[in-house]
Amino acid sequence: MPQTLFEKIWNAHVVAQDADSPAVLYIDLHLVHEVTSPQAFEGLRNRGIKVRRPDRTYATMDHGIPTHSRDIPIADALAAKQIAQLETNTAEFGITLYGLRQNAEKQGIVHVIGPELGLTRPGMTIVCGDSHTSTHGAFGALSFGIGTSEVEMVLSTQCLLQRKPGTAQVRVDGKLQKGVVAKDIILAIIAKYGIGAGTGYVFEYTGEAIRILNMEERMTVCNMSIEGGARAGMIAPDDTTFEYIAGREFAPKGANWDKAVSEWRKLPTDDGATFDATFSLDADTLEPMITYGTNPGMGTGVTGRVPDPAQLADLSQRNALIKALGYMNLKPNQPLLGQAIDVVFIGSCTNSRISDLRDAAAVMKGRRVNPNVRVMIVPGSAQVKREAEAEGLDRVFSEAGAEWREAGCSMCIAMNGDQLQPGQYAISTSNRNFEGRQGKGGRTFLASPLTAAASAITGVVTDVRTMLR
Amino acid sequence: MEKYTAYNSKIVALPNENVDTDQIIPARFLKVTDKIGLGDNLFSDWRYNADGNPKPDFILNHGEMKGRAILLAGDNFGSGSSREHAPWALTGYGFRAVISTSFADIFRNNSLKNGLLPIIVDKDTHAQLFSLCEEDPDTALAIDLTAQTLTLPDGRKVQFPIDGFSKTCLLNGIDEIGYVLHMDEKITAFESQDA
Repeated sequence: MPQTLFEKIWNAHVVAQDADSPAVLYIDLHLVHEVTSPQAFEGLRNRGIKVRRPDRTYATMDHGIPTHSRDIPIADALAAKQIAQLETNTAEFGITLYGLRQNAEKQGIVHVIGPELGLTRPGMTIVCGDSHTSTHGAFGALSFGIGTSEVEMVLSTQCLLQRKPGTAQVRVDGKLQKGVVAKDIILAIIAKYGIGAGTGYVFEYTGEAIRILNMEERMTVCNMSIEGGARAGMIAPDDTTFEYIAGREFAPKGANWDKAVSEWRKLPTDDGATFDATFSLDADTLEPMITYGTNPGMGTGVTGRVPDPAQLADLSQRNALIKALGYMNLKPNQPLLGQAIDVVFIGSCTNSRISDLRDAAAVMKGRRVNPNVRVMIVPGSAQVKREAEAEGLDRVFSEAGAEWREAGCSMCIAMNGDQLQPGQYAISTSNRNFEGRQGKGGRTFLASPLTAAASAITGVVTDVRTMLR
Repeated sequence: MEKYTAYNSKIVALPNENVDTDQIIPARFLKVTDKIGLGDNLFSDWRYNADGNPKPDFILNHGEMKGRAILLAGDNFGSGSSREHAPWALTGYGFRAVISTSFADIFRNNSLKNGLLPIIVDKDTHAQLFSLCEEDPDTALAIDLTAQTLTLPDGRKVQFPIDGFSKTCLLNGIDEIGYVLHMDEKITAFESQDA
C-alpha cells in the first residue's frame, strides 16, 4: 500500500502498540536546551536512573544566554543558575554539551546547530523541548516539540508515548517573484488557513515552489509549521538535502554514506498515497508578507491594509481583531507601508542562518540604518557567525549602523535582556508576534530578512522590491 | 501523580480566543529550575500593571474568583510554545480543568501529564457556557471524568471526549514514564534490530 513520508518514518519507529494505547515511538535524536530540561533531569535523579542513550542526546544553550560579549559574566542570576544547571546535568549524565564554555565553537540555537552538525538526517525521529523542533522536518525527518515531562520520558526510555497524528499535504505551486522568499510562503499559508488549521496534523510541504528551495529556506518553512498548529512539518529529502548533509561532522562517511543515501531515497511519499487533508498556496502571486496583529495568522501582503473588524461576521473573531489592533495601536484600513518602526531584529531559529544574513546584507550594503531605528543582527550559531565574518557580512552590518551580536535566541523570546520597551514597534524575522513576546508591551511585525533589512534602512515598513538592485 | 477525582466548581470565564502559552506564562518566568510558584505569574501581563499591582479589570483579580478550579476559555487554547510551565502555572493557581472548543496539541499533552483536564466541547455548548456565566458569574459545573460528563446547573449532562489511555492514567494517577520504563525489554529488542 502506498505510504506517505510521515507513515514510513512512523512505522519504522513503533516499538510497541497496545490496543487502545498510544504507540511507544523510538526517538533517534534528542536535543536539549537549558530552559525546558532542568525539571526533567531532576525527575531522573528522583527515580535514581540514568539517561538511556546519552549517545543520542545533545545539548546546547540558547534561550537565556546574553548575546553581547561572551567575556562579560551573566548578570541575570536566574539565567546564570539555569545555565550552570545544564552544565552540571550534562556532565553528570554524560551528554555532549555545546555551551558557552564547553565546545563553544559549536554552540548555537538548537534548531540551527542540529542540521549544521549533521545530527539532523532524513528518516529520523527527532524531539526537543521546544515547539520549533518542526524545523528539522526540512530534512525529511519526523521532528516535533515536546514538554518537559516528555523530555524526562525520552531521557529515561529513548521513547515517547504518541498517538498517530493525521497527515496534511501543503502544496505550494508556481514560482516566487524577486524579493519574495521562503518566509513569505509560510506566513502566507498561516494567514490563509489560520493558526489552528494544522492541529492534529503533520504537514508535508510539496509542489515546485518547495522543491526549488535550498535547505535553509526549507528549514524556515518547516520551522513555522507550529504557527499553523501542526507539531511537525516535513519535506521529502532529495539531492538538495543530501548535498547539504554530505561531509558534516555527524554525517555518515564512505560506504555508510552510500548506504544511507540509498535508504533516504526510499523515504518520499509514494505515488497514490493519500493525505487526511490538503492545503494549497500559489507562489506566483505571492508578495512579501507582514503581520499586523498578535498571532502569526494575522498577516497580509506588505502592500495590504490592516483589516477592518467591522467586516468580520463572526463575533469572537471580530473581538479578537479589535483586541489585537488595540494592542498594536493600528487603525482599521490603514496601509502597512510607511508604518514607523523602532527596532529591527534579524535572527531566531526561523531566519538566522547564513543565507538569511546574506539576504539582509545584500539590502544593507552601502546604505545606512535609519537613525531612529535600533537594528540587531543575531547569528543562529557560533559557526554561522564565523562564516558571516569570513565573508565580511559583519562589516556590512556595522558600517550600516547595525549591532552584530553573539549567537542565541535573543529577542525572539526576550528572556535574555534583549527586548522591546513597552509600545515599541519591531520588524522581526522571528516566528511569534504574540502580545509581549519580544518584551512586555512590545509590538511585533513578522517578516522576511529582506523586508526587515529594507525597513531598517527607511525606518518604516517597506516593500523590499522597491530597493532591490 | 495524584488521582483525578470528580468535583464541583464555579467557573472563571475568559472569552479570549487563541490564548497562547506566552500569555499563560510569559517567557521571563521560564528561568526557574523547579515547578514551584508559577501560579503567581499565571496570565502575568494581563493580570498585573507595570508596577506589579493587580489590574482591577482582569477576571482573576475579582476576589470571588479565588479558589475556582475550572477555566472556560475561547477557541484554540494553548497555542505556541511547548513550555510545560503553562500547565504548571494553571495548576499552581488551582485550575484542574480548562474548557474550550479546541486545544493546541503540545499544550493538551502537557496538561494531561499534570492533572489538568483539557475538556473539548462543541460550539453550541461553548457559547451556552459563556452565556450562563454572563447571566450568573457564580455558575458552577460538576466534572466527572469517569463518566466523561459536565453537569450544567439545570442538570443537563454534556459528554466530553478523552482517549482511554489518558483517562486511565488520570483516574489512577499512573506515571506514564514508569509505564514505558517497564517496556525495557521491547526497547532493547528494538535497539538491537536497529543496530
